[in-house]
Amino acid sequence: MLENKTYIETFCTIQNNEITLNGETIFKSDSDLFADFSKKAYQNFDINYPKFFKMDNLSKLAFLAAELLLKNEIDESKENDIALVFANKSSSLDTDVKYQNSISDKENYFPSPAVFVYTLPNICIGEISIKHQLKSENSFFIFDAFNSEFMTNYAEVLLHTKKAEKVLCGWVEYYNEEYKAFLYLVANEGKTEHNKQIIENLYNK
Amino acid sequence: MKGVAITGMGIISAIGNSVEENYASLLNNKTAITTIENISTVHSDLRKVGEIKKTNQELADELQLSADNNFSRTAMIGAIAAKQAVQDAGITSINEYKTGLISATSVGGMDMTERYYYDYFEKPETIKYISCHDGGDVAQKIADELGLKGMVTTISTACSSAANAIMLGARLIKSGKLDRVIVGGTDALAKFTINGFKTLMILSDGYNMPFDNDRKGLNLGEAAAFLVLESDEMVAKENKKVLARVSGYGNANDAFHQTASSENGDGAFLAMEKAFQVSGLKPEEIDYINVHGTATPNNDLSEGRAIVRVFGEKNIPDFSSTKPFTGHTLAAAAAIEAVYSVLAIQNNVVFPNMNFKTPMEEFNMIPQTTLKQKNIEHVLSNSFGFGGNCSTVIFSKSE
Amino acid sequence: MEALKQELKAKIIEVLNLEDINVADVKDDDALFGDGLGLDSIDALELIVMLDKDYGIKLVDPKEGKNIFQSIETMAAYITANRTK
Repeated sequence: MLENKTYIETFCTIQNNEITLNGETIFKSDSDLFADFSKKAYQNFDINYPKFFKMDNLSKLAFLAAELLLKNEIDESKENDIALVFANKSSSLDTDVKYQNSISDKENYFPSPAVFVYTLPNICIGEISIKHQLKSENSFFIFDAFNSEFMTNYAEVLLHTKKAEKVLCGWVEYYNEEYKAFLYLVANEGKTEHNKQIIENLYNK
Repeated sequence: MKGVAITGMGIISAIGNSVEENYASLLNNKTAITTIENISTVHSDLRKVGEIKKTNQELADELQLSADNNFSRTAMIGAIAAKQAVQDAGITSINEYKTGLISATSVGGMDMTERYYYDYFEKPETIKYISCHDGGDVAQKIADELGLKGMVTTISTACSSAANAIMLGARLIKSGKLDRVIVGGTDALAKFTINGFKTLMILSDGYNMPFDNDRKGLNLGEAAAFLVLESDEMVAKENKKVLARVSGYGNANDAFHQTASSENGDGAFLAMEKAFQVSGLKPEEIDYINVHGTATPNNDLSEGRAIVRVFGEKNIPDFSSTKPFTGHTLAAAAAIEAVYSVLAIQNNVVFPNMNFKTPMEEFNMIPQTTLKQKNIEHVLSNSFGFGGNCSTVIFSKSE
Repeated sequence: MEALKQELKAKIIEVLNLEDINVADVKDDDALFGDGLGLDSIDALELIVMLDKDYGIKLVDPKEGKNIFQSIETMAAYITANRTK
């Protein structure tokens, strides 16, 4: 069977206080903390979504990148068939640690439900799905490092078997102020070819 | 459509340490929701759980691990279940064909992290457990125990994780990327999850009562289960016995709330609909639904409404939740219930939904409350996770 | 009572991360859930933790929160009647 080629429509990277979209820097700040950086980015792009401030860091990171890729992509008047395939290394460790601290002190034992909610990595996918009303297939994987082969295969299978019209793939890693998001939208049409090598190059940029 | 062959399975749960023991408990109404013994927690008297009554040392001995091992409890029970599955499938030389492992977990090595959290600085001998915290470590350890060198990956989509592992495995077989794949999930009990679910106020203070009007929440449980999926070429070549087939699967996002399910179960509805599309089956062909049925007020109402939408209120097949037996085993739940679905097909039996007394006022849905013998061709199994991740798998008899 | 209401407003804004809302914006009888401040079920659970932590009031059934958390007014009245610290 001759399989159709797939393409990368757009891609977005967030790391070191900088956001790049399709390779070009679109936002930079000199923040010391991610909380500050993410707030400035939110304000800069006029994202009017107060729930953003209730999210954990991993969700904020994924949400921001998805927002920039999807804001011109989503047509609210119809069903948007975009699958989400995400992965990272540390799962929800950053929030797990915060939560663990809240239950480990017997004298001051008040675990927070709002923190516990985010002790799963796929909650960030949920946040994106809620914002953009995506009811399509979604999954979250854990790898030692960015696995371009796995991601490429998965996105292709979804497109070839018509399980989705587009696939939003993402690596979203956050632990202790160290972070990197690399999200890209894969479709049946486009200019940049979707293959393992190109994904790898874009990730490492 | 024929579906992907299941050729082996293994399980360890609160109601048994093997497939046979689990089946015997299901037949004899032997539920296992008890006071927790292996973890010291202030909640032990207040919140009952589905616990595997083996200490970490007993599990380590069973696996013949060396004294300096750094296996988390999650990895140990996972390795035990995966080994059973591989043995059941009659696999002796695991790297002979393209073989993969897709393992689901949500807590990973949390049990060891919380046990030694305060000791890391004072007791250097505990430091080895830091590296076993990652979810990915569990899958790698299981692969090492199996001697597997092929593709290994970890899925973490909360309580639907193992269903997604089965779905991905079936796809990899269908697309020819793998010849066989071991799929399933494992999660051990941890203070982390007991406390967390308590803060969400969805833990029952007694025994979970799925689809009962007076249900008060879930009991957590721990378990691991794995299935071996193989391509038809492998089945023919090795003359394998097929236990049942994975004939359909679907996943959708509820896009409603971080933890709560939507009022009408949109995600659940879409997941079931997609599973029917893949299988080519119609709702009336389903003989038994193993519902997610966690017994939280929110889940059972949302799932029930979705089932009514798919099947019609008058045409709902026999259904039950097996969580009163095992507790809710989180990322492992869908693998546990996959084993039970295959057992239902093999033995032509519907397992009872224990602890049910009063029908819910919102709709006319009465679960099967006693063991029922009847021919079973197709079983639909639901699993829904936080983050809105909803999955359905359909299992069918192999002809 | 007046001081408690002001205190609650400030706490809710802080604990629930309500960005761009000031104490002055919240009226005593504004609905906290739904159309008012737009709080959701997780926020309600967080408020239950707050009652326990700051006022020594333990709720066992999340449904109890429904009446208590209607507005700042109802919350302050409940806390005044039931607080143990």
